[in-house]
Amino acid sequence: MSDVFVVGIDMTKFQKAGTGPSVDVLGAQAALMALDDCGLKIQDMEALYCGNLGQANGMVGQRVLQQIGQTGIPVVNCANACATGATAFREAWMAVKAGVYDVVLAVGVEKMGSGLLGGAGGGTGIPKEGLLGSGTMPAVFAEAGMEHARKYGTTFEQFAKVSVKNHHHSTMNPKSMYQIETPLETVMNAEMIAYPNTKLMCSVNVDGSAAAVLASEKKARELGLMKRAVRVKASVMTSDPWQERDLVMPDVNTCTRMAAKKAYEMAGISARDVNLVELHDCFATAEILHYENLFLCGEGEAGKMIDSGEVALGGRVPVNVSGGLLSKGHPLGATGIANIYEVSTHLRGEAGKRQVPNARIGLTHVIGLGSACGIHVLEKVSA
Amino acid sequence: MAEPKKLLPVVDWLKLPEGGDPFLEGHKCQSCGAVFLGERSICSKCGTRDKMKGVRLANTGKLYVYSIVHRSFPGIEVPYVSAIVDLDGGGTVKGNLINIDPDPEKIRLGMPVEVVYKDALGRKDREGNSYLSYFFQPRR
Repeated sequence: MSDVFVVGIDMTKFQKAGTGPSVDVLGAQAALMALDDCGLKIQDMEALYCGNLGQANGMVGQRVLQQIGQTGIPVVNCANACATGATAFREAWMAVKAGVYDVVLAVGVEKMGSGLLGGAGGGTGIPKEGLLGSGTMPAVFAEAGMEHARKYGTTFEQFAKVSVKNHHHSTMNPKSMYQIETPLETVMNAEMIAYPNTKLMCSVNVDGSAAAVLASEKKARELGLMKRAVRVKASVMTSDPWQERDLVMPDVNTCTRMAAKKAYEMAGISARDVNLVELHDCFATAEILHYENLFLCGEGEAGKMIDSGEVALGGRVPVNVSGGLLSKGHPLGATGIANIYEVSTHLRGEAGKRQVPNARIGLTHVIGLGSACGIHVLEKVSA
Repeated sequence: MAEPKKLLPVVDWLKLPEGGDPFLEGHKCQSCGAVFLGERSICSKCGTRDKMKGVRLANTGKLYVYSIVHRSFPGIEVPYVSAIVDLDGGGTVKGNLINIDPDPEKIRLGMPVEVVYKDALGRKDREGNSYLSYFFQPRR
């Protein structure tokens, strides 16, 4: 089976939730940007894989084509919580990998509401939130972070440093929702949402879309698109295996570890070979967990890793140089393709001020609670 | 506390036996030992069918982790402590930890807690029914 390449990729500038155009128009924007990035037309696409969560039963992929060209190609609409975009990308990758198509389009798009996501229980009777604990996402991920604190003594300050770093990175990313510095005391003194996550340690609800054109090696060469192409070295998904506490405490660790092991094996590399990572920092607490889950450091060393600056731009393995979900924003269905855009941009050497020097291999990671984990390993093509 | 008979349980796995004390019920797989909350017939740990047995969960346990919630949905009183508790003998349950300051200095991971049963913070359903809920509090 031949390798699959990203030949065109782009994303919209993420904007405040509710301010974007309708979901089909927003999805169409990124689709056209990705097509323009490689100079292809919608007529060249053999299939469309579309990720969207908020209107998952609304045939969003077809409506995107109704905006930019109804060519009659097959459309697959995907919904997989916050792994929705990565799922659409992976379905596209798989179809090309299997040799069914030579060139396809993947789009992720989301229009978000504002405020808290999640909620405890539902169903009959009375509201359970604030009665049987909390099902809000800030609290759920706070509890996941506290598990790390319990095992390794990770501090509120260390969790907060993640947000300082990612906000700093976003000042160099024009497509980020925010471009502001947030010093440590600002992060720690921001409104407490769910201890230890303050408001600045929660991802930003935004409207946004991202899209990628994927091609077989044969097709990419034929079209003369290898020069800026990015090789997909691994594409992996897992769901959550049974864990003793997962009825009340979603486990984002095990499915990430399983996916990471498989991804490194598929790519034929080790974690040490990765030059940059875009991982699922839906909350600052979550990022700390994933340093270990992705084997970027040893067990219990994540606190030390954020303290040392290894994960900041200029460090050994910069994490979330885009600004991450904490500052760039988190349009659920678009996030998985937006992080592939970020890594691809570095591998192409086109990331401007935030460029990770000499980046050859990058990894993207998302978690959809419930749960789905998607990991992609991308490699610069040596032309 | 109001007459237990007139109360409805907040979740279907909180049992209100007539003339007895309320308790939390788990379902345990007789094949692999996994414990679930709520009735079911198939074990999602090992896949075994029809080997589930109702078990009475302990009213004592240890605080595994928590979060202090300062912002919630409209109408929900804050702050409160959302706690994950490992019950002695098996079963992990999430609920509010009460009778403790909502302050990270005061809450100790691993501290012993007990399950107490009380009215569901005055919340009533559309028909005006009251509910009995469970809470955790520090065990002395």
